[in-house]
Amino acid sequence: MSHEDVLNPKQLPHDPEKATLEGKNKFVGFWFFLGGETVLFACLFGTYLALNRSTSGDNTPEHLFGLELVFIMTMLLLTSSLTSVYAMYHMKNNDFRKMQIWLGITVILGLGFLGFEIYEFVHYIHEYEFTFRSSAFGSAFYTLVGFHGGHVLFGLSWIVALMIRNSKRGINLYNAPKFYIASLYWHFIDVVWVFIFTVVYLMGVV
Amino acid sequence: MSTAMSQNRGLGAAIWDYLTTVDHKKIAHLYLVSGGLFFLIGGLEAMLIRIQLMQPDNNFISAGLYNEMITMHGTTMIFLAAMPLIFALMNAVVPLQIGARDVAFPFLNSLGFWLFLFGGIMLNVSWFTGGAPDAGWTNYAPLSTVSPGHGVDYYVMGLQISGAGTLIGGINFLVTIVNMRAPGMTYMRMPLFTWASFVTSTLILFAFPALTVGLFLMMFDRMFGSVFFDTAAGGNAIIWEHLFWIFGHPEVYILILPLFGAFSDIFSTFSKKRLFGYSAMVFATVLIGFLGFMVWAHHMFTVGMGPIANSIFAVATMAIAVPTGIKIFNWMFTMWGGNIRMTSAMLWSIAFIPSFTIGGMTGVMLAAAAADYQYHDTYFVVGHFHYVIVGGVVFGLFAALHYWWPKMFGKVLNEKLGKLAFWPFFIGFHLTFFIQHFLGLMGMPRRYWVFLEGQGLEAGNMISTIGAFLMALGTIIFIINVVYTAVKTEKVSGDPWDGRTLEWSIPSPPPHYNFVQTPLVRGLDPLWVEKSEGKKGMTPAEPLGDIHMPNASILPFMMSLGLFIAGFGFIYQVDDKGWLALVFIGMGITLGSMLTRSLKDDLGHHIHKADLEKDIEKGAGQ
Ligand code: HEM
Ligand SMILES: [Cu+2]
Repeated sequence: MSHEDVLNPKQLPHDPEKATLEGKNKFVGFWFFLGGETVLFACLFGTYLALNRSTSGDNTPEHLFGLELVFIMTMLLLTSSLTSVYAMYHMKNNDFRKMQIWLGITVILGLGFLGFEIYEFVHYIHEYEFTFRSSAFGSAFYTLVGFHGGHVLFGLSWIVALMIRNSKRGINLYNAPKFYIASLYWHFIDVVWVFIFTVVYLMGVV
Repeated sequence: MSTAMSQNRGLGAAIWDYLTTVDHKKIAHLYLVSGGLFFLIGGLEAMLIRIQLMQPDNNFISAGLYNEMITMHGTTMIFLAAMPLIFALMNAVVPLQIGARDVAFPFLNSLGFWLFLFGGIMLNVSWFTGGAPDAGWTNYAPLSTVSPGHGVDYYVMGLQISGAGTLIGGINFLVTIVNMRAPGMTYMRMPLFTWASFVTSTLILFAFPALTVGLFLMMFDRMFGSVFFDTAAGGNAIIWEHLFWIFGHPEVYILILPLFGAFSDIFSTFSKKRLFGYSAMVFATVLIGFLGFMVWAHHMFTVGMGPIANSIFAVATMAIAVPTGIKIFNWMFTMWGGNIRMTSAMLWSIAFIPSFTIGGMTGVMLAAAAADYQYHDTYFVVGHFHYVIVGGVVFGLFAALHYWWPKMFGKVLNEKLGKLAFWPFFIGFHLTFFIQHFLGLMGMPRRYWVFLEGQGLEAGNMISTIGAFLMALGTIIFIINVVYTAVKTEKVSGDPWDGRTLEWSIPSPPPHYNFVQTPLVRGLDPLWVEKSEGKKGMTPAEPLGDIHMPNASILPFMMSLGLFIAGFGFIYQVDDKGWLALVFIGMGITLGSMLTRSLKDDLGHHIHKADLEKDIEKGAGQ
């Protein structure tokens, strides 16, 4: 396939993200990568579960967590996963403008999530003096939730960078895999959050 | 084409070429050279350990330096010598064995190498900045969390950086094997080395993240005041042990499986027979990989997990001996009735079988949890793992290097020198480590700076040290062989061993696009299938046409350099927050390079048919 066919395909195939060998490689490779990320988070969850009662006389989960805020955050992130599905749907139909709009909405929802998370951390630190250093529970909590937050931040920057870079040229066989795996990453982050919501917050207050 | 050109362009251009290369064959050279150097450094450290233990109450090196020596020996050998040498082989061979022109992610391939190298350099810089890590290669907390100075910090940052490189390399080979196989190369026709690389890459993918997490927690505890491993604040030091061994036990299979694969190819080639029980071999490899994840706690029998956990892990561990035994027998049946050629590669392979089997036997002994209370942390364990790692991995590396050297460099290593290197190494190996089992049973603990007089340990330790010198001699002869071959030996054809698999169907060293035309695979041992039908080489699966190749790039080097710089920032910000500047500079370089990579189009380039035709006249086809 010539470079021209890749960058300016006459007709976009139904699965533009898998139309080239490079695209297929990215697709398979990224799934493998997510497999590794799963182990990474599994280890962090394991550590958290081993330490979440080790409060050393300091703040306990029951004392700290309020479900209202976390519920809003969960809704924001779940919705953003859905909007990124819409974006991919429009990518496959070669509707670049609509893809950008839905990605934009995804980013806004993600930023909302991140804002609440930062608020939550600041709140714990200032109101409760609950920090990364106060107890083993604190270390484990901030590490697990913070790793997830770091992933959110990275995912947002990634999507925004792709949106800006490609804003003037539409979907082609070169950038479609990039958009696609960025959206896969976003779903993964969402799934991890569902587990954090359950294991950290729900199990923490119940 | 490319080699001829780079010879004319002078040294600077050649260095630039290697800094930016994404060609798997050149990346193999890089891994080989750096892994080889680290192997020599690790070997030197081992010699210093053995000299210190040559006689009772010795004072050759101080106690603190001794701790640094054992830590750096183990860490260097596992992470900076064995791993990269395995990656050298995988890079040199896997794409050729499956009929591919390159790996799936040539750019990431280069990134994986540079991350490994910068991580390795980082670790070794510690020697010059106030002391190397000294808490053992297992770095158990709380010994590691309270170790003074910055040694352990270097361990954490160095392994984090090089571990990221390994993870990237693993994903790259997985996708390469899944997506890049030539037409007809089904999974059950893949050579065993490729199969083993596939399983090893899977293990890397699922094992290394556990180390990543462990290192992060260690980093947070040491550098940012968290208390994961600090029992006074509710922490739990055993978490480190679990994370380390959830990575660590699969790691020993990551190391040995590719060499199992190499032995399979070697036995088959030099017995002129198809591998005995091919499907059983594949099955055993996969099963070992799977079971490898179920047994990590056999390193922790004495921690106090309780009799039930100990029993489960003991039985699971012993189960691994079954697939391993299947392999041992299949190798012997492959040789049985074969037309055996005793080359150096074959010599190392044959020596491997009894040596490794002894290691497996002591492994089953250690797996008996109740008995392990006696063996644990004694020289018995040191004997065990050196029998599997030296007798398996190192013998395997020597065998594989002899076997694939002509493919990598176009020259066969001198056979006389090859055998001359083998004998002192082989004898020295058994002298060094066999006696250590008995030293251990007599009660000599592992990792102690001195042993005392009059406890019956003198003779054994002396023998062990003499053996170590013989191994050093063997290694030196091997290096002489490499130099001698480079200077004196004539180039050989593409197929010096009368090979069976695809890599032997193309010139040595191959042109940078490997296959002028992608070959059509018609069976297991594809080249042998063609040979037995009287054909000279492979039948192409496609007409001659333009070839698409990836572009070189300096970005992988820059990304790794950035992390290297940031690593120092993380280590020293503990003393003075000013060092955080290095973190920002380093991460800036890395993230900036990543952004450039994501945003700048890089579509690769084409090699045109006309150029290929010229190459064919010079012999690129067969
Ligand atoms: C039948 C196969 C094997 C069994 C049953 C086995 C069993 C064990 C057990 C139970 C231990 C822990 C001993 C202790 O600390 O008390 C151990 C240690 C060790 N094994 Fe194996 N093993 C086997 C194969 C291997 C292989 C193939 C390798 C590497 C290629 C290997 C490398 C090691 C290492 C490096 C250690 C020591 C780790 C340390 O404490 O520093 N083993 N083995
Ligand atoms: Cu083990």
